[in-house]
Amino acid sequence: MSVTPPPDSPAELQRRQPVFRGLDAGHLACQGCGQALAARLVTEAIGPDVVIANATGCLEVFTTAWPRTAWRVPWIHSVFANTPAVASGIEAALKMQGRDTRVVALGGDGGTFDIGLQALSAMFERNHNVLYVCFDNEAYMNTGVQRSSSTPHAAMTTTSPPGRERMGKRHLKKDLLSIIAAHHIPYAATATVAYPSDLRKKVRRGLAIEGAAFVLVHSPCPLGWGHGGELSIEVARLAVQTGIFPLVELERGALVAAMALREVRPVTDYLKLQGRFRHLFADDPAAREELEHLQALANHNIELYRLRGARSDPRDSEGADTVRRGGLRWA
Amino acid sequence: MRAAIEGSAAIARAVAMCRPQVVSAYPITPQTHIVEALARMIAQGELRAELVSVESEFSAASVVLGAAAAGSRAYTATSAQGLLLMTEVLYNIGGLRIPVVMTCANRAIGAPVSAWNDQQDSMAMRDTGWLQLYCADNQEAVDTTIQAFRIAERTELPVMVCVDGYVLTHTLEPIDLPSQEQVDAFLPPYRFSRALDPRNPISIGNLVTPEYYSEARHAHHQAILRAREEIIAADRDWAAICGRSWDGLLAVDGPPDARLGILTIGSVMGTLFDARQAHPEFGAVKLIKLRAMRPFPVAELIGACAGLSDLIVLERALSPGGGGIVGAEVRAALFEAPSRPKIHNFAAGLGGRDMPLDLYPRLLARIAHEAPVQFAIFDLEPERLPPQER
Ligand SMILES: Cc1ncc(C[n+]2csc(CCOP(=O)(O)OP(=O)(O)O)c2C)c(N)n1
Ligand code: SF4
Ligand SMILES: [Mg+2]
Repeated sequence: MSVTPPPDSPAELQRRQPVFRGLDAGHLACQGCGQALAARLVTEAIGPDVVIANATGCLEVFTTAWPRTAWRVPWIHSVFANTPAVASGIEAALKMQGRDTRVVALGGDGGTFDIGLQALSAMFERNHNVLYVCFDNEAYMNTGVQRSSSTPHAAMTTTSPPGRERMGKRHLKKDLLSIIAAHHIPYAATATVAYPSDLRKKVRRGLAIEGAAFVLVHSPCPLGWGHGGELSIEVARLAVQTGIFPLVELERGALVAAMALREVRPVTDYLKLQGRFRHLFADDPAAREELEHLQALANHNIELYRLRGARSDPRDSEGADTVRRGGLRWA
Repeated sequence: MRAAIEGSAAIARAVAMCRPQVVSAYPITPQTHIVEALARMIAQGELRAELVSVESEFSAASVVLGAAAAGSRAYTATSAQGLLLMTEVLYNIGGLRIPVVMTCANRAIGAPVSAWNDQQDSMAMRDTGWLQLYCADNQEAVDTTIQAFRIAERTELPVMVCVDGYVLTHTLEPIDLPSQEQVDAFLPPYRFSRALDPRNPISIGNLVTPEYYSEARHAHHQAILRAREEIIAADRDWAAICGRSWDGLLAVDGPPDARLGILTIGSVMGTLFDARQAHPEFGAVKLIKLRAMRPFPVAELIGACAGLSDLIVLERALSPGGGGIVGAEVRAALFEAPSRPKIHNFAAGLGGRDMPLDLYPRLLARIAHEAPVQFAIFDLEPERLPPQER
């Protein structure tokens, strides 16, 4: 005899609503906001049976101006730095209640690379069954585009302005993925809004495994990066194709997959679309030196992750999902 | 069951009998023994709970926030620097009105570094939007801990139970530990009306514009004021089960026609009680123990002070440049009273300075021949300071 699930059970809700969007329309993000798109894709991949903890930042602000909310899944925002710990508490509670509702934590690069890194490291060390998704728009956008440790080298922000003495941000983008890798959590990946099915797949993988998972999603911010909203996808795709933002997967800290690049584009193709790098195109030896520096960083990524190859083409969506993989096979 | 037991162990047993499902804390003296005891109980299978061993108090507070919001009873404990590190999260728990219970093992705050007891830590958290209850001895700490869970869950407000570090946490006293059946009869299973649940998705912690912010603050303030009824009811109902009452918000001991009164907060009450017996020469003296600092029991305080000519407010913290913290609140509360005593506000016992029995005669002798002081540190040794700092 089959048992009919109650009409309000998450499984039944999911059945009735094949494309369930945890984050719905009606939020207040800027046009072309990469993070808004990324968050929608992430929640589509998760489905309804989830509790979300969200760090302070653009996403929190543009989705929940009281008395409205754009979230259709249970959602909590506490403060800027504590999201991994809040998620840990939620996970511990649900575990004690014997429920298998998934817990997902969302944060910006500021919340993840900087102020929340300590709590994130601790959550990973304890290997909570939480998927942490970082929407990396490479600056503190919510407070008006200040540099974070994720801001790329030489990029202009309001606190790393170019001037007679400076070429934008002096320091390198923090290699967060290596820090995450050192925690040897079951799964970590990078993804981007430019390759939505790859992003969805990585979120589903992160959710499917038992234990902590991390997905870093490159999320263009037209306002902060200085490009038209209509260019967000193009910019995000060029970040991959130039080697600036490699798409990779790690299991227990070891590299198991990287999206190969059939044709590597020069970094200037990526940089020139964005106002935050405008000063690098001035007729100035220091600017030229920084362009070379950024190209060298992309080359380094291409070497490190062995991205060069003809196996798949990130520009076609088929290829984007055909990821070269080793190690464990995913269902 | 009456047994000689260390304060921390007794508090831990009381917490365990309340069946928390998530416990999270970070080591700091003098709180540590409480969580160590809970960790042992969990390891032995005597308590079925998740112990989340965090990397900071900031995260400990965040873990219990998340757990309680997700529908599980949650507990944490800390002291001093740890409590301060939690500050941002404590305001958040308060504002979100999440029912968690915390023990604050009171300790002084650095600088100057001090590992000893006073109440500067919890007083600094006065405005976080938590209920604050102070305990005079370990029996009260046990009973108040159990009551705190019911108060928190009925009011959907967080409760901080304050116990003096060392003086209570590290002291062996004969204590009546209730039975599990008694606690179960008193405290129903945890239920949170706004729990995070996919079957009824809600958003918690939204951005609130000026259009609604004042209203949210008003509602929070009112909820804390209303919590007085639940504090009184919890004390009454627990007394009906175990036979001990702690007089709700404020306890008064002494003849109603006494002209002198001493108001204090925390464990120094026991010293004053003994000292009063040892010093009958000062005549009738009312001892007033403030149990609830938040909500502040204005009406009860006015009632307790009726007929007093002089009230000494003795506290264990201060607001530098302002004066006494409890003293200022007592003054404000009594300002509207039909008649009010002269108020002498002293701090004593800061940073673990001993509070001996002779504090009582010295206090009473001092106010007998001195105009009321706005605020002073009573047991100051000025000769230990360079002249320009005295
Ligand atoms: C403790 C604390 N410090 C500073 C802030 C101010 N603040 C709010 S959001 C934000 C930046 C968020 O940046 P990020 O995490 O990258 O998210 P984004 O807005 O870029 O999506 C800052 C600095 C805060 N809310 N809390
Ligand atoms: S500032 Fe950037 S991240 Fe924030 S809403 Fe606008 S586009 Fe999105
Ligand atoms: Mg950002």
